[in-house]
Amino acid sequence: MSSIAIDARDIVAGYFPELPILKGVSLKAEAAKVTVIIGPNGAGKSTLIKAIAGLVKVSTGSVMLSEKDITNPRPDQMGGFGVAYVPQSNNIFRSLTIRQNLELLLRNAGTDRAARLDALFVQFPPLAEKQNQKAGSLSGGQRQFLAVAMALAVNPSVILMDEPSAGLSPMAAQEVLAHVRHLTTQGVTIILVEQNVKQALRLADHCYILADGRNQIDGPAEDLISDPVVAQIYLGGKRVAVT
Amino acid sequence: MIQHLVDGILVGSILSLGAIGLTMAMHMLRFANFSHAELLSIGAYCALVFDGVFQAVYAPLGNVIGPLSLTWALALAIVISMAITGGSAILIDRLVFTRVRAKGGELSMVFASFGVAMIIRNVLGLIFGLQVLLYSKDIVFAVVLSRDPFLLVKPDQIFSLVAALIIMFVFHLVLSRTTFGYSLRAVAENPELAQVSGINLSRIITLIWIIGGGLAAAAGVFYGLTNQINPVLGRDLLLPIFAATIVGGIGSIYGAALGGFLVGIASNLALLILPSGYSPAMPFLIILAVLIIRPTGLFGEERH
Repeated sequence: MSSIAIDARDIVAGYFPELPILKGVSLKAEAAKVTVIIGPNGAGKSTLIKAIAGLVKVSTGSVMLSEKDITNPRPDQMGGFGVAYVPQSNNIFRSLTIRQNLELLLRNAGTDRAARLDALFVQFPPLAEKQNQKAGSLSGGQRQFLAVAMALAVNPSVILMDEPSAGLSPMAAQEVLAHVRHLTTQGVTIILVEQNVKQALRLADHCYILADGRNQIDGPAEDLISDPVVAQIYLGGKRVAVT
Repeated sequence: MIQHLVDGILVGSILSLGAIGLTMAMHMLRFANFSHAELLSIGAYCALVFDGVFQAVYAPLGNVIGPLSLTWALALAIVISMAITGGSAILIDRLVFTRVRAKGGELSMVFASFGVAMIIRNVLGLIFGLQVLLYSKDIVFAVVLSRDPFLLVKPDQIFSLVAALIIMFVFHLVLSRTTFGYSLRAVAENPELAQVSGINLSRIITLIWIIGGGLAAAAGVFYGLTNQINPVLGRDLLLPIFAATIVGGIGSIYGAALGGFLVGIASNLALLILPSGYSPAMPFLIILAVLIIRPTGLFGEERH
């Protein structure tokens, strides 16, 4: 039986307590699988992973990491729990070099630091080539790779990603998502928000659809691809005639 | 011309030290801190007190160093003063800014900082009097470095410049070579990302107050050494330091360092064409020019 890495239960959260964006959302992410959250704009997708990461206050509900309650953590403690969060934009420090970005994340690695830095460079050869350049000089795709590399620097068991393909060319997006998919083979659990629904369903093992801060549908990605309602709403399927 | 340029560089180094601390605190805490320049006054008076204490405890410390008017006691007092001023900056943050931030907006913080500045200025006036004080009553003659073009410099000015440059260089090494320095730059650039990268924001803010206070104290002592000490020292340097911060771009540490020199040099060169009475207006003009031409400053970026 597969284990659950992240179990978020009945999350009510938002930037202001009187205006919750999430109105009781639940999500279970299986270990070493890709769980994708999709939904229309304003559905609360990004808020959900921000709430898990401790960036948005959860007013009721709980977030469990395996058996540990990590509801409302301080964001800087998440790395220690083995959870990394990759924001959608501004997810690298542009004024630091690529190497400095990674060294910053590896600052507590002690004597392992050099070895772990080398391991990251082996995994991302283009970053190794440009390691002494300012991160701000990287292309969109390479920035996402750096952001993923920074997330991996803390040896996470879970990575939360907010639209890693946003703003990228289709080819760069595919490359980034393929790499993200590959991370599950190393045992990393991925929870990501994605706007491109087709891309998301191809990538995902399990998919959650949110709307208006609530769960709508969820299930294995392959089931949702063939689900007529999902196809109709999200995949440009034939509309049902209104009578 | 050369004399004005050199004077500008000397003043600029003091402004740079003040501006580095201001730009960090302003960017991170998101408010214009009008009390920052008062930290220079605290530093200057603190060094004066400890200079006296050290000389009283061990008289030989009262000997001057080489051609300077600086005594060994004052050199030691600078270090103590940097630590105490850093501590004062944290105390002000805990007593005032943290509490105002919890209840009010950015504008409340700005007004609070005005209030803090007035309190510090007047408390210093109450304790030390409103008269001008000096670290040394000895007359130190300026050295003629060159007769054509005519160039006069006091040894104390050279010392202040070199010491300020050394402090900035050490700070540069910290920023560019250590992961602590990367953390400071990371928080300055993007506090939210810094947090999810495992950086404890409140710890870094405390350290920024210590560093900002320490640099301000050094600037205050160097100003006192090359000019004079009085309770309105901070008020007089407030605008030039703000101008330096804005020229460099708020949040840019290197921009603030460069901005200090630019403002110092521009203010002094302006004396060539303007009567000296207009000199205090120069920082205003510089702020205006920068805001019109490049609102984000030389190295600043749009906020995210």
